[in-house]
Amino acid sequence: MEHRKEMEIKLKLKNITFYRRKSTNVIMLTLSLLSALITLVPLIFIFYYTISKGIANLNLNFFTKLPTPVGETGGGMVNAIVGTLILIAIGGGIGIPVGVLTGTYLSEFGHNKFGATVRFFTDVLSGVPSIVVGVVAYTLVVVPMKHFSALAGGVALAILMIPTITRTTEEMIKLVPQSFREAGLALGIPKWKTTLLIVLKTAWKGIATGILLGLSRAAGETAPLLFTALDNRFWSTNIFQPMASLTVNIYQYASAPYKDWNDQAWTAALVLIILISLLSLIFRIITRSKYKTTN
Amino acid sequence: MEIIEQVKTESASKNVSMNMEKVKISVQNLSAYFGKTQVLKDITLDIPEKKVIAIIGPSGCGKSTFLRSINRMHEVARGTITGKIIIDGEDVMKIDPVFLRRKIGMVFQKPNPFPTMSVFNNVVAGLKLNGFRNRKALKEIVEKTLKQAALWDEVKDMLNKSGANLSGGQQQRLCIARTIAINPEVILMDEPASALDPISTAKIEELIFELKKDYTIIIVTHNMQQAARVSDYTAFFYMGEIIEYADTKKMFTAPSKKQTEDYITGRFG
Repeated sequence: MEHRKEMEIKLKLKNITFYRRKSTNVIMLTLSLLSALITLVPLIFIFYYTISKGIANLNLNFFTKLPTPVGETGGGMVNAIVGTLILIAIGGGIGIPVGVLTGTYLSEFGHNKFGATVRFFTDVLSGVPSIVVGVVAYTLVVVPMKHFSALAGGVALAILMIPTITRTTEEMIKLVPQSFREAGLALGIPKWKTTLLIVLKTAWKGIATGILLGLSRAAGETAPLLFTALDNRFWSTNIFQPMASLTVNIYQYASAPYKDWNDQAWTAALVLIILISLLSLIFRIITRSKYKTTN
Repeated sequence: MEIIEQVKTESASKNVSMNMEKVKISVQNLSAYFGKTQVLKDITLDIPEKKVIAIIGPSGCGKSTFLRSINRMHEVARGTITGKIIIDGEDVMKIDPVFLRRKIGMVFQKPNPFPTMSVFNNVVAGLKLNGFRNRKALKEIVEKTLKQAALWDEVKDMLNKSGANLSGGQQQRLCIARTIAINPEVILMDEPASALDPISTAKIEELIFELKKDYTIIIVTHNMQQAARVSDYTAFFYMGEIIEYADTKKMFTAPSKKQTEDYITGRFG
């Protein structure tokens, strides 16, 4: 009899833990699904609003005409679109080489105090608010040159993308198996060539993702451009002069008291999103390798 | 313990006289370290030219470290050595590692073809990345070395495909071809067949047999039968020391040390 009772208790316990486990599973699954949906909501709203409000003004004029004076309808933002592209190009031109090479240094040679210091300050830099970076670029470039310029804006954007690119490069290069480095060295290939032509090449796809993240972030920055590249109502591709950008235009047009400016701000936002998506697509195509990079 | 003591006292007899054979590499009192940990203890042996030397011993006995000391890959892993390794009368520590490694090729345990390169470029990676760009000559070298590595027939129609698409055994032969392509004099093989199936292993062994006509080969292996099949001389390492170094036939039929016999017959290790 004693034995039977014991068995019954055991069975009951088993059932309890079984149902508890099942219900915990269901609850956790629901929670994570809910979180995933919550993450998607803002994105859906962004797309919904920018498309529904911006599509009305999305016509050829927007891409070909300069802004019109207040009160005059029509006009476009060709200067701002080209300006944003130029600013990203300057930022990328400085930020990509510096970021990739720093990342390479950190992962291949930076196993010392200096490397640790650089790594630490890179992390700090990635946390610095973008407006502060703008102030720094203002002091570094605008003040000595005595006027606002696209170059100053590009420098600010470069400083902003360097931490992202550096850390991604470092992490991606670390993922390249040691055996490839050894294979290169064992073939009598000098270390710098092994690093550049074997290690970096193998990690290239991941690094490209980091570069893209850096560029996209820079393309969406407004604050650092406000007192570096400033704005320009006219056509200008001179990097030593103030330059218009989509983000600054969005800021100004959205806060202006004119209805048609507000509408154009939406269109500018839509164009910016399209631009970044296109950039991402082009990058994917360029970096698509012939071969698998995983082993 | 007793055995080790006994071995230590007999250390003078470790050297086999390689009469009538030209010594390619002479290792003298080699000790190797990782930081403060000593991995190799006072290794002395001569490696004759155009022979196959097998290094056997249990895991962690320093076989790989010994191999990697010869082409100075040991220092890539931040290791240090004392003692001397002489190749053709020159101290390896005085040769630029880049040149040394062109003279002493190496095949690793796990096949490691470069994933971003085609089969063709994998074979000539060592040449191309060192600035050799004559397309016609490269083509000839690819065909010649792939034939030497017994891989040509299997890959001749897919030279432009990724090296990572080949089977494990093919990848390893590709790595051997890559090593031969830079025209070394010595080839180090670190358990080249341990990750392969028996058929691929047999192919690699046949290949080693062919290669020894032109190259001096030092092969680390866990497989006793393999050592017996492919090598002319065998060295038995244990706990960082060389216990016995002898003609392979003698080693496997009448080892002079009890430890060697125990290991070969599978009683430990």
